[in-house]
Amino acid sequence: MQWEVVIGLEIHVQLSTKSKIFSGASTAYGAEPNTQACTVDLGLPGVLPVFNGEALKKSVMFGLAVGAKINERSVFDRKNYFYPDSPKAYQISQLYYPIVGEGHIDIDMEDGTQKRIGVTRAHMEEDAGKSLHESFHGQTGIDLNRAGTPLLEIVSEPDMRSAKEAVAYMRKIHSIVRYLGVSDGNMQEGSFRCDANVSLRPKGQEEFGTRAELKNINSFRFVEKAINVEIERQMDILESGGTVTQETRLYDSEKNETRSMRSKEEANDYRYFPDPDLLPIVISADEIEAIRATLPELPDDKCARYMDQLGLSEKDAKALTIDRDMAEYYETVQQAVGDAKMAANWILGDVAAHNNKNGIEFKVCPVNAEQLSGLLKRVKDNTISGKIAKEVFEAMYAGEGDADTIIDKKGLKQITDTGAIEAIIDEVIANNPGQVAEFQSGKDKLIGFFVGHVMKASKGKANPGQVNQLLQQKLKP
Amino acid sequence: MSTLDKSDVEKIAFLARLGIDEQDIPEYATNLSNILDMVEQLDSVDTDGVKPMAHPLDAVQRLRADVVTESNDRENLQSHAPEVEQGLYLVPRVVE
Amino acid sequence: MHNKTIAELSAGLKAGEFSSVELTQSYLDRINSLDEQLNSFITVTPELALEQAKQADEQRAAGNAGILNGIPLAQKDIFCTKGVKTSCGSKMLDPFISPYNATTINKFNDSGSVMLGKTNMDEFAMGSSNETSWYGAVQNPWRKNAVPGGSSGGSAAAVAARLAPAATGTDTGGSIRQPASFCGITGLKPTYGRVSRYGMIAFASSLDQAGPMTRTAEDAALMLNVMAGFDPRDSTSVEETVPDYTANLNDSMAGLKIGLPKEYFSEGLDDAVAKVIESAVKEYEKMGAVIKEISLPTSNLAVPTYYIIAPSECSSNLSRMDGVRFGHRCEDPKDLNDLYIRSRGEGFGTEVKRRILVGTYALSEGFYDAYYVKAQKTRRLITNDFNQAFADVDVIMGPAAPSTAFNIGELTDDPITMYLSDIYTIAVNLAGLPGMSIPAGFVNDMPVGLQLIGKHFAESKLLNVAHQFQQATDWHTKAPAAFK
Repeated sequence: MQWEVVIGLEIHVQLSTKSKIFSGASTAYGAEPNTQACTVDLGLPGVLPVFNGEALKKSVMFGLAVGAKINERSVFDRKNYFYPDSPKAYQISQLYYPIVGEGHIDIDMEDGTQKRIGVTRAHMEEDAGKSLHESFHGQTGIDLNRAGTPLLEIVSEPDMRSAKEAVAYMRKIHSIVRYLGVSDGNMQEGSFRCDANVSLRPKGQEEFGTRAELKNINSFRFVEKAINVEIERQMDILESGGTVTQETRLYDSEKNETRSMRSKEEANDYRYFPDPDLLPIVISADEIEAIRATLPELPDDKCARYMDQLGLSEKDAKALTIDRDMAEYYETVQQAVGDAKMAANWILGDVAAHNNKNGIEFKVCPVNAEQLSGLLKRVKDNTISGKIAKEVFEAMYAGEGDADTIIDKKGLKQITDTGAIEAIIDEVIANNPGQVAEFQSGKDKLIGFFVGHVMKASKGKANPGQVNQLLQQKLKP
Repeated sequence: MSTLDKSDVEKIAFLARLGIDEQDIPEYATNLSNILDMVEQLDSVDTDGVKPMAHPLDAVQRLRADVVTESNDRENLQSHAPEVEQGLYLVPRVVE
Repeated sequence: MHNKTIAELSAGLKAGEFSSVELTQSYLDRINSLDEQLNSFITVTPELALEQAKQADEQRAAGNAGILNGIPLAQKDIFCTKGVKTSCGSKMLDPFISPYNATTINKFNDSGSVMLGKTNMDEFAMGSSNETSWYGAVQNPWRKNAVPGGSSGGSAAAVAARLAPAATGTDTGGSIRQPASFCGITGLKPTYGRVSRYGMIAFASSLDQAGPMTRTAEDAALMLNVMAGFDPRDSTSVEETVPDYTANLNDSMAGLKIGLPKEYFSEGLDDAVAKVIESAVKEYEKMGAVIKEISLPTSNLAVPTYYIIAPSECSSNLSRMDGVRFGHRCEDPKDLNDLYIRSRGEGFGTEVKRRILVGTYALSEGFYDAYYVKAQKTRRLITNDFNQAFADVDVIMGPAAPSTAFNIGELTDDPITMYLSDIYTIAVNLAGLPGMSIPAGFVNDMPVGLQLIGKHFAESKLLNVAHQFQQATDWHTKAPAAFK
């Protein structure tokens, strides 16, 4: 049988506010356990939540960025369940009236086409604490620093049909929240987490199959792997005539398998009801428009602009705009150097390659945008050749200084003095009489041989354009 | 008429993580059934088109400025906690 | 000295007739010698009280004493008090020494008043007789073996017995007004949102409201002047300016329009209580008020509506009592669920468990719309009734409770009849209105309370109406024989 894969994602994005969603405790990552859990975060008797307006603003920004309807009236509900990382035994969330309604984004498919993925809704809620399973005499330790960190849960339509599409969707959402500055999107620190609902159905069938929910998959790579192994698992079950159980499963990246989380299964009755400690959140059309006015240029718009105004190819424009930091880096270099194509080639080439190799993000790239501009300007003004520039870049990346310092120190300045180049050419011609004869008898391709020798003899410093021109003159029969 | 039996009470008690003595269950079942009968008087009230009322005053949520106002008070907050080690609250092992 | 009101004590302190330390010590002595008979305090804090009294005297000497400076008060054990046990009448919180102060406690501290201790109450404020307290029942000072009412039974008994000049209470369905009625004192439940709920352990968040329990309306005004006001820590508190509640106490009753809901004088009301209320109303007529019969046709929906909304909210509010971060924890839990189930099973009493179960059921899948949403709708109908009535009248009057205080143990096996003892007070909470109970007479030597209900934020009007009654009558000055 031919199976069709159906995937929907729930992405939890930590909103980058300074204080928590319902308390004045700090949201900074990595503090000593429970030092950022105040009376409200601990759910002590008598405490009450007060809503952080910045969480609202950031949620609305996201909604506007995905073309969604912003609900002028939204309500916080309590989701009741007992778990030690949930100190009140309920999570404040939004079930019935979320802040963000239906929207959509477009993802790029491998064949170069685009596909529209629906965003069902996005709602605000509070993050839970963390359970630490290191042995405390066989007990679990609870750290509530994270409890109350604002989250935006973005729920997609079940519109994705492969793990690759799911990853493309996730990357796009990641890119948007980073552009908007509503989240740092840091996946290692858990600022951007994903649950995937995966099911299979016979091709052509309209009705969905039974789904499994994969919990907490925290990297793009793992999302793809987790979904693929889950697809295989379900296919094995269905092919052998079995039925898939609706359940929550955890992806084990070491074993590359998913396994059932029975602990989350028992008696799932969350008894949602409106939180009586909080009042309805009301935002006017004018306030929404004021937030819209603050939206930065988003990746799709930026990409279009790079193609239209800077003349970049679609491929380059897309690659440059997926990450906001990279796009900002690019724009700084492009403006300083005045060569859109050259800047794109360098950034997508050497800079990206070095960053990837070293696991470094553009924001903290050891060669910052100003420094790279300094280097490229020296190529533009013929101080060095493109080839030498790569050598200089290596040195810059290794922290040896800026371009001019390195060029000076290593004596890499290009030879543009015609006399000096002629001297080298004369020597090369004198040493290769056979090739000279062949060239003069019409073997034009041999020009490369002469250029190569001249460049080699000049240790790469001769200006290649000049070399070419002078060689043509001198080799004329 | 709602009549709750023993297994209903047990199910609700588990949802609420509430220990109840076995011998008290019948009495809870009776009392709960009576209370439910009492509240079911509302069934006969016509509430078509009535907007549910969550709060006595039709107020809206005030927004707090995004400012950190709390500082580390762990020692005070944990001074009477049942079981704490290295700043963590301890619970029986959680299996995922 | 113990028969003096706050206003009188404040004048005495100001005139230097006695110091706060002396005053505080005299109340501590009374508590020490008399509370054994009543059990109105869960915790007495003599050292803290004397320390606060000393500071108050110093403040006064320095020339910055407000009206409550040096006045000893009792706080219901529902308010979190830093460094002091805050039990809420429950074994669950018997080990809970609060690490922070409720806003109300901070406000009283700032006023320079003195805390004598924490008063007994129904467990988590769930009860109408104070019998559900883990610390035992409270006696009504007017008759041995009668209940003081609840849930603020300890505060009502302490004030009636002159163990404190005044106390705080909280009222979710009548928990200030019904015990005030049973104990013959003045109790005010303000408009929802008027007094901060921060640090007041929540029973039903959309209904709970704190207020003063005093011997006179004037004292209630002085207390409310301290308690009322916007609190940035409580989203449901209201940013409405706080008037001086003593300013209008002496306004005339001439032309005041009083509504008497016919539903409050029908079946279920004790005849003798009805007579007391009727004669109280006549008193107002004498003062020039205009009496009008009105109807609140949805009155019969109040108790069922309340017994869906309050248990639903409480089932969720009390879930945080899980034995992990504070409070009672069972011995040697074998796993996580065992920790929850036993800690909560051991920590909560029968009535609290009953309400948690009702609320859990009402919110559970498949029942939510039929119970909770339905009750939210009937809640609006009840509120609409009041709004309509207030188009024609200034104040609504009626009994605070259908009878005088019943006996300890009389209704404990009959939860529904117990619930019905709040039949006249519950609707006021559902609508979020201010309400008072003031002493209006006696039936068989037991006090009867007249309930006054006002429009939203009409506390000044209620206090004025109550004060004028107390100028014309002396019911509020009567003290129980054993505690004169």
